[in-house]
Amino acid sequence: MRIIVFTKSIVFSLLIFFSLSQKVIGQDHGEAERTKDSHQVQENGEAFDITSMIMHHISDSHSFHVYGENDGHFPNALTVPLPIILWTDNGLVTFMSSEFHHNDDGSVVVEKKGMKFAKFHNKIYQTNNEGALSLDEHNHPTNSKPLDFSITKNVFVMLLALLILLVLFGIAGKSYKKNGKDAPTGVAKFIEPLVIFIRDEIAIPNIGEKHYRKYIPLLLTIFFFVWIINIFGLIPFFPFAANVSGNIAFTMTLAVIVFLVVNIVANKNYWKHIFWMPGVPVPMKLFLAPIEVIGMFVKPVSLMIRLFANITAGHIIVLSLIGLIFVLKSVWVAPVSVAFTLFISLIEILVTAIQAYIFTMLTSLYIGAAIEEEH
Amino acid sequence: MELITPAIGLIFWTTLTFAILFFLLKKMAWKPILGAVEDREKSIIDALASAENARKEMQNLTADNERILKEARNDREELLKEARSMREQMIEEAKGEAQVEADKLIAKAKDGIENEKLAAIADLKSQVADLSIGIAEKLVKEELASKDNQVKLIETMLKDVNLS
Repeated sequence: MRIIVFTKSIVFSLLIFFSLSQKVIGQDHGEAERTKDSHQVQENGEAFDITSMIMHHISDSHSFHVYGENDGHFPNALTVPLPIILWTDNGLVTFMSSEFHHNDDGSVVVEKKGMKFAKFHNKIYQTNNEGALSLDEHNHPTNSKPLDFSITKNVFVMLLALLILLVLFGIAGKSYKKNGKDAPTGVAKFIEPLVIFIRDEIAIPNIGEKHYRKYIPLLLTIFFFVWIINIFGLIPFFPFAANVSGNIAFTMTLAVIVFLVVNIVANKNYWKHIFWMPGVPVPMKLFLAPIEVIGMFVKPVSLMIRLFANITAGHIIVLSLIGLIFVLKSVWVAPVSVAFTLFISLIEILVTAIQAYIFTMLTSLYIGAAIEEEH
Repeated sequence: MELITPAIGLIFWTTLTFAILFFLLKKMAWKPILGAVEDREKSIIDALASAENARKEMQNLTADNERILKEARNDREELLKEARSMREQMIEEAKGEAQVEADKLIAKAKDGIENEKLAAIADLKSQVADLSIGIAEKLVKEELASKDNQVKLIETMLKDVNLS
C-alpha cells in the first residue's frame, strides 16, 4: 500500500513537472488558442494540449458531457445539461446550463433578473451591462462571481451516490428489521462483512470497546460514502466519471467534519496533551504546545490532501496514458496505452477501497486519541 | 491553482449530502445492522454457553448413572449374600430341629418296643406257666391214676423231705 502511494506521488510530481513544462512551451501559442477546446486545437493541426485536456477532465463542470464533439462529424455531441443555481445580489437565480450552449469562453451571455452571466473556464461570472468580461494580464476575469451552488457534475454524481447508498442500505436495514438476528440475506450478505470489518478492525482497536458505539455510524458513513464515490470516479462513462473525491472541496469538507468531531468530543486529557504535555520539563512543555497545536490542524489537512492527491493522481495517470496516443499522434501507441490504463485501473480499484479504509482508519485513530483516558 | 481551490458550491452540497447520509443511514441501516449483528453474536455466545452447560450436565448425569448402577450392583451383591447366609442358617436350623424330632421319635419307638417286649414276655410267661400247669396236671393225673403210683410218689416225696 505504501509502495503504491509512494509510486503515485512520484508519478504525480512527474506529471506536474510535465504539465508545467507543457505550459511553458504552450505559451507561444497565444492566449486565443489556449482558450479554445483542446480537441479543436488538434484538428487545426496544432500541438495537442494534454495539460488542458487533463485539467478539463479532472475539474468540475456545469454540464455532463456524455460523448462526441460538435465538429460536424457523426455522432453529434451529447451533453446533459445540469441546473445552475446562483446566489446573487438580487437573490436566487436558477437556469439550466444548456442556456450557455456549452460555451466556456464567456462569449454566450445569459440574462436573468436584469443581470448578465457568462461562463468562463467552468466558472460563472456576472458580466457588465454590455455582457462582456474584462480579463487581466493573466487572462483571468476580474468580474464579480456570484455564489455558485449549481448542481455541477460532481454534485450530480454525489447525489447519485447518496441515492444508491440510501437504497442499498435501506434494503439491507429493512432485511435486518425483518429477519432479526437470523443470517443476513440478499444485499445484507454483502454489506455485513464490511460493516463488521469496520467495527472489529477499525473502530474497536482504535477507539476502544467502551466508546466505539457512539462513533461507528460516522465511520461507516465516511467509509461507504468515500468508497462509492471513489468507485464512481473510476467508471468512465455517464452518469459517473466525475472526479469527486479528487476534488479538494469534497475532501476538505470531510476533513473539516472529522476535525470538528474530533475536537468537540475531545476530553480534558487530550487538551492537556496539546497545551501542557504531562511528564516533560516546563521548557519542553512550552516547546511542544505550538507543535501540538499545529498537529491539531495538520491531521485533518493530511486527510484532505491524501484522498485528494491519491484519487486525482490516479485520474491523471489514466488520462496521461490515453493522452499519449494524441501527443505521439500514432494509433500504434493505443495498445500500449490501453494495456497500461488497464493495469492502472486495476490498481485504482484497490486504491478506491484502500483510500476509503485509510480515511476511516485515521478518523477513528484521531477520535480514539481525542477521547483516550489518562493512564 | 484551480485544482486546489475549493468551490463553495461543492462544499455546500458535500456537507448537505453527508449530513443527510449520516442521519438517514444511522437510522435506516447502521442501527438495525449493528443491532442485529450484536444480537446474533450474543445469541451465538449464549448458545455456546448453554451447549457447554448441557455437556457438563450430561457428564454429571452419566456420572450419576454410573454411581447409581454401582450402588445397585453392590446392593444386589449384598442382598444375595444375605439370602445365601439366611438360607444356610435356615437349613442348619431345620436340620437341628429334624434331628431333635427324629431323636424324639426314635426314643418313643424304643419305649414302645420295650413295653411291647415286656408285655410279650409277661404274656409268654403266663402262657408257659399255664402250659406247664396243664402238662403237670396231665402228668399228675397220669401218675396218680393207680394206687401204686400214688403211694410211690408219696414215698418219694417223703423221702425227699428231711425231717430234721
